[in-house]
Amino acid sequence: MSGEEFVPLSLTPMLIGVFAAVACALPGNFLLLRRQALIGDAISHVVLPGIVVAFLLTGMISAWPMMLGAAGAAVVAVVLIEAIRRLGRIEPGAAMGVVFTTMFALGVLLLEQSDTSAVHLDVEHALYGNLESLIWLDATGWGSLLDPQALRYLPIELPRMALTLVGVCLFIALFWRALKISTFDEGFARTMGIRTNLLGLGLVITAAVAAVAAFDAVGSIIVIAMFICPAASARMMTNRLEAQIGWSVGFAVLAAVLGYVLAGYGPLWLGGQDAVSAAGMIATVSGGGLAVAAKCGPCRSRAGAPAGV
Amino acid sequence: MSLDAANSPVENRVVAGLDQDAKIAQSPLAVRGLTVSYGEKPAVFSVDMTVEPGQMTAIIGPNGAGKSTLLKAALGIVAPISGRVTIFGRPLAEQRARIAYVPQRASVDWDFPTRVIDVVLMGLYRELGLLGWIKGNHRARALDCLSRVGMADFATRQIGQLSGGQQQRVFLARALAQGADLYLLDEPFAGVDAATEKAIISVLKSLRAAGKTVVVVHHDLATVAEYFDNVFLINTRRVAEGPVAEAFSEESLQVAYGGRLAATQIDQLARA
Repeated sequence: MSGEEFVPLSLTPMLIGVFAAVACALPGNFLLLRRQALIGDAISHVVLPGIVVAFLLTGMISAWPMMLGAAGAAVVAVVLIEAIRRLGRIEPGAAMGVVFTTMFALGVLLLEQSDTSAVHLDVEHALYGNLESLIWLDATGWGSLLDPQALRYLPIELPRMALTLVGVCLFIALFWRALKISTFDEGFARTMGIRTNLLGLGLVITAAVAAVAAFDAVGSIIVIAMFICPAASARMMTNRLEAQIGWSVGFAVLAAVLGYVLAGYGPLWLGGQDAVSAAGMIATVSGGGLAVAAKCGPCRSRAGAPAGV
Repeated sequence: MSLDAANSPVENRVVAGLDQDAKIAQSPLAVRGLTVSYGEKPAVFSVDMTVEPGQMTAIIGPNGAGKSTLLKAALGIVAPISGRVTIFGRPLAEQRARIAYVPQRASVDWDFPTRVIDVVLMGLYRELGLLGWIKGNHRARALDCLSRVGMADFATRQIGQLSGGQQQRVFLARALAQGADLYLLDEPFAGVDAATEKAIISVLKSLRAAGKTVVVVHHDLATVAEYFDNVFLINTRRVAEGPVAEAFSEESLQVAYGGRLAATQIDQLARA
């Protein structure tokens, strides 16, 4: 494919997809090892009404209102879960399940009823993302990457996602040792003076920021695959955390690139007409990667792993 | 000081108070009025404990008596409702570098993707700080600690591949790497093989010989007299504390364990 076609139409969505996948995969490793893999699921469900309300109040999709709305929704969710747990005297898992799904449904209803025709925000977008539309029309080829005039019209989502990725990397790098030890042995970490509660909260907030930033690209459902699949695949390739992080980044990049290409050209190769959802295909490829790692990974049968199949 | 004054009740109390303060200042681990609760019922209630320096102390009591909780609260792992903890006479926060801790083996996920040597290096994290590089001499120290527990050959194994006894020895090696003055171990002999038990006790005795203080949550009454200098009996409240010969008595065992130990068993143990 020539640069004239690739750079404006495919380069930016592909990069955004890659950045989103890596930004989610990095905290995903720790969530997985802490048996908190579904936190990503919870976050992505809960923040939807927050994002929608933020849009309704400001009339635009931009970073800060979205982040604030998402944070507000997360706080509301925590309060609701605690209230239901205490007043209803039901177990926390049930309270969470009720709050997540209800808030997500509320977000979908709000979105459906409000007039969002002026921007790319509708139910479909919220569910599957809108990666294909994040194109760079001012680019004319590879040369545009050095052209300040064209660069000014780069889709805002690209620098935003890149910045998020840098933030996620900084958090993981800075607190690497503390994260590692408090994930393995929380009691021991506390005797060293590590504030494990704060660190755990920091990890969840990092994951939430990644999820909200990835919202544009892949929507709020498919982002779950980005949290879990690369990390779970990587765990089956190695028995060292450092290498696991590396593998998870590799799986994330592979899924994003391959998923995007397959979504765009796969149907054509098969003789079809239209492209399929890029986010959907990225998640499918992630799942395929996990299946391959589960079948062939060198570290798939471990002492602690459940026996059978 | 006249004889009358020394015998006056007020004077006695002051002397006793000063004596107490001096003991707390010297003790590697002193606990006063410690109460911890997980729900409505306290797990540890108003406990005082004064660990003797340079000796080996066993914390014993029946299941659910608050042995581990006492240790965890003393280390700041669980937050107490009330009470004061001092380490060598200073607050815990200032003395973390002087403490080494061996948690219960079952409290961690041994499927965690890491190798034996990496676990021992965790004992050096305080020294390394957030971002300090792990250098050759750190690795050499970690390997030395592994060889002290007879595990040097396993350095590059994944921790999930070890037996229970081997895992326990790796935990002990990590505590050794911390280079502390006070060693706190939570049930180090639970579910380990005889060889490991011997290896652990010999390492603990070498620590004592080097002037370190060792406190062990212990469950095997039969080995208390053989392994330890002092004993601390707990059943939510403190039952007895002191040298094994005095505190490890039939009466205090009867109080601590209630009907859970047959009278003959206690009799045998107290005589052993």
